[in-house]
Amino acid sequence: MARITLDNLAHSYLTYPRGPEDFALKELNHDWADGEAYALLGASGCGKSTLLNIISGLLIPSQGRVLFDGRDVTTAPTAERNIAQVFQFPVVYDTMTVRQNLAFPLKNRGMEAAEIARRVQKVAAMIDMEAQLDRKARGLTADAKQKISLGRGMVREDVNALLFDEPLTVIDPHMKWELRTQLKKLHHDFGHTMIYVTHDQTEALTFADKVVVMHDGRVVQIGTPQDLFERPAHTFVGYFIGSPGMNLFDATLDATSNGRHARIGDATVDLTQPYAATGRVQVGVRPEFIRLAAGGDGIPAQITRIEDVGRHKIVRLHAAGRDISALIGEGEAIPADTDRITFAPQGVNVYADDWRVAPGGESR
Amino acid sequence: MTDASSARAAPMTIAAPRTATRRLRPSGSAVVMGLYLLFLMLPIYWLLNMSLKTNAEILGAFSLWPRDLTFANYQTILTDPSWYMGYVNSLIYVVMNTAISLLVALPAAYAFSRYSFMGDKHLFFWLLTNRMAPPAVFALPFFQLYSSIGLFDTHIAVALAHCLFNVPLAVWILEGFMRGVPKEIDETAYIDGYSFPAFFIKIFTPLIASGIGVAAFFCFMFSWVELLLSRTLTSVDAKPIAATMTRTVGAAGVDWGVLAAAGILTILPGALVIYFVRNYIAKGFALGRV
Amino acid sequence: MNKTVNQKAWFLILPVLILVAFSAVIPLMTVVNYAVQDTFGNNEFFWAGLSWFEDMLQSDRMWDALGRQLLFSAIILAIEVPLGILVALNMPKKGFWASFCLVVMSLPLLIPWNVVGTIWQIFGRVDIGLLGHTLAALGFDYNYTQDTFDAWVTVIVMDVWHWTSLVALLAYAGLRSIPDAYYQAAKIDQASRWAVFRYIELPKMAGVLMIAILLRFMDSFMIYTEPFVLTGGGPGNATTFLSIDLVKMALGQFDLGPAAAFSLMYFLVIMAISWVFYTVMTTLDKRDGI
Repeated sequence: MARITLDNLAHSYLTYPRGPEDFALKELNHDWADGEAYALLGASGCGKSTLLNIISGLLIPSQGRVLFDGRDVTTAPTAERNIAQVFQFPVVYDTMTVRQNLAFPLKNRGMEAAEIARRVQKVAAMIDMEAQLDRKARGLTADAKQKISLGRGMVREDVNALLFDEPLTVIDPHMKWELRTQLKKLHHDFGHTMIYVTHDQTEALTFADKVVVMHDGRVVQIGTPQDLFERPAHTFVGYFIGSPGMNLFDATLDATSNGRHARIGDATVDLTQPYAATGRVQVGVRPEFIRLAAGGDGIPAQITRIEDVGRHKIVRLHAAGRDISALIGEGEAIPADTDRITFAPQGVNVYADDWRVAPGGESR
Repeated sequence: MTDASSARAAPMTIAAPRTATRRLRPSGSAVVMGLYLLFLMLPIYWLLNMSLKTNAEILGAFSLWPRDLTFANYQTILTDPSWYMGYVNSLIYVVMNTAISLLVALPAAYAFSRYSFMGDKHLFFWLLTNRMAPPAVFALPFFQLYSSIGLFDTHIAVALAHCLFNVPLAVWILEGFMRGVPKEIDETAYIDGYSFPAFFIKIFTPLIASGIGVAAFFCFMFSWVELLLSRTLTSVDAKPIAATMTRTVGAAGVDWGVLAAAGILTILPGALVIYFVRNYIAKGFALGRV
Repeated sequence: MNKTVNQKAWFLILPVLILVAFSAVIPLMTVVNYAVQDTFGNNEFFWAGLSWFEDMLQSDRMWDALGRQLLFSAIILAIEVPLGILVALNMPKKGFWASFCLVVMSLPLLIPWNVVGTIWQIFGRVDIGLLGHTLAALGFDYNYTQDTFDAWVTVIVMDVWHWTSLVALLAYAGLRSIPDAYYQAAKIDQASRWAVFRYIELPKMAGVLMIAILLRFMDSFMIYTEPFVLTGGGPGNATTFLSIDLVKMALGQFDLGPAAAFSLMYFLVIMAISWVFYTVMTTLDKRDGI
């Protein structure tokens, strides 16, 4: 188990990158704390697999260093790093039995037979494949094969880190939940550093202690699920996490009030704290923090549609020249004559050029 | 949230790429491939070398490259109709054979890939056995058959004879590619009101275009390289270039220079065809079965 | 893919049936016809029963040719399959050099077979060939027209030169179909190079390798043109393979009855062995197709 440090890391698939846009992974510094479970979340093509492959040593970064517990392993081969990785599509050795598959990584490391047998048995129980241990891997279903891949990753107990590259893509929904629970339990029991790549926010938020959100080759935020929800550091995080995503309003900060107020269209919004920002300023409010009102202060809005999705209702509105959404709890009434929206103060975030601006009072 | 802000604030510096230095390692693969390609090219180079020499030089001094460069051998071939018509004849029957093979193989391959019917498996293997039939077995019967129906020494006779091994091969290759096309596409097309021929030509054929290309390549290849049948079935009018080459053995010995030049010229059509299909070779050689 | 039962599919196969009937069944009937008759010339035939078959089964000539043929096919398979796999493993994966290798490797496949014979005939000659000259200069007593061993080596090297690329290209196509994740997983599992080959590459190549072995077996068993041009079956009968012997008998000596009986047995042997390959291959196909 190890702390993994990324120092000044960046990667381009081109031999001679000309500018930042040629980089699949833009410059990054980060410490992955020992024994934590991280989720690496982002849309496909955002560079998350690139980052994972750099950590596992399948890819040598074009600049920067990777350190395991302070030891530089940037150019060290995968085998030396002692990590395990599970891929998106099941990788099994077709001609081997399930047992041989699970034993393979241990056998290659010269472990003694009795110990191999013990661990294989244990992992087989964990992935619920004890009955099929002596079947050939060829001809098993996709999710059985993926369970074997997971098992081959977990069978080595002393790994520095367990890396998962969207491992549940081919797994049945009910099996997905079960395996994810197994993984969490495994993490709890053994305390491996785990990095779990996914594009599914539910998977990321339920699995990880900390979620790393990537966008366009850049890490845009690292935080607990709660951070990502309440204080999205980048408009992408606001939009990508949450369903529906964060509403964004073009705004100007009101200089006369020290940036305590923002103007959205003709309306003025009280930000409750002072902000200073240059560039393109936006106010972001999650649908959960939008309140409907009839008359009074607020931004003029018209309801266009109401969707009942069970535990709450999604109200689609047209306000300040754009379509927005609001979430209303099941028990709450929607005023029939709604023509204004207001924001709950704790849910207001200010963005300048897509990055969150900390209010004057909040320490960074 | 310090991590995020540091990631954001760091300016983009472009360091010297690390990968470039790693690629320069001398590799065993390059050595193996180099030796293998050398082994392949040497005999061909030697033929080319000889085709550019005079007979006197060929038989006289031994040299690795032509000292006395001459194109006379090529001139002989390209100006004499009895020589160059050999190429034309070969190309005619090869193209005819490729067209016939594909036309009959397409519907059959479709049937094998989509339907099961009485005796389908046996039929498929029986077709394949024709690919296994030694041309030597068929040389004499073909000669008699085509003579009796007046097709001896015509291009179509050779084209039909080559169907013996090319049709089974084309069916086999196309069946492999067609299996890769989901059956739902057929069903959707029928629901959309396409008739079978319209569906086959407008929708299905484009989907297996690469398969057709590969099948055509193989038909061309095996028809072009075959000599035994094409020589047996022709005498003058449809005589293939391969048979014409035996002419170089005359009373005064072998005309090595012309023989070599003729050989080089028979390699050219193949080289041209390969150049056009080079991007499909890797996939194509798997015959759609990977 | 589960196929629909449809007896009408026979209509789609009809063109192939007619064509193959014309170019295979009718000639084959002629062969059968000859095999059971004898003639005193003047187109008068009479029933000979199975006597030709008995004669052929007792003739040393056929057994010798069959023995040489089996030895030849076994040797070239033993060389070409491992060598082809080795070459495929070392081929560049992408970029210019991959295309370059593909084009150069395909070249020998598209050279007319008699030209292949001619190329090696020239290449191996001591007086004007690079190979023969070099060997002679190195002090070897090399002469493929006189010495049995030299003739065999030359014919085998020629076949390896001609056909290894086919095996290599098929194996390469199989290798290219392996997703990168397999190699990455193997690295993480600390699999040795041998284990990667044994457990990842070989299983994935099995299907195409069977095709390669089937094609190479069939074609080597039918080989005629190349050794005929190179050695003419000599020295003596040392390189007289089945097809060469058959053509000698049928077209050279016009011994139609024995030649026809010979043909049929030849065909049966090749079919029997190919059937074994084919069965193994389709079983593999089915196992993979889950």
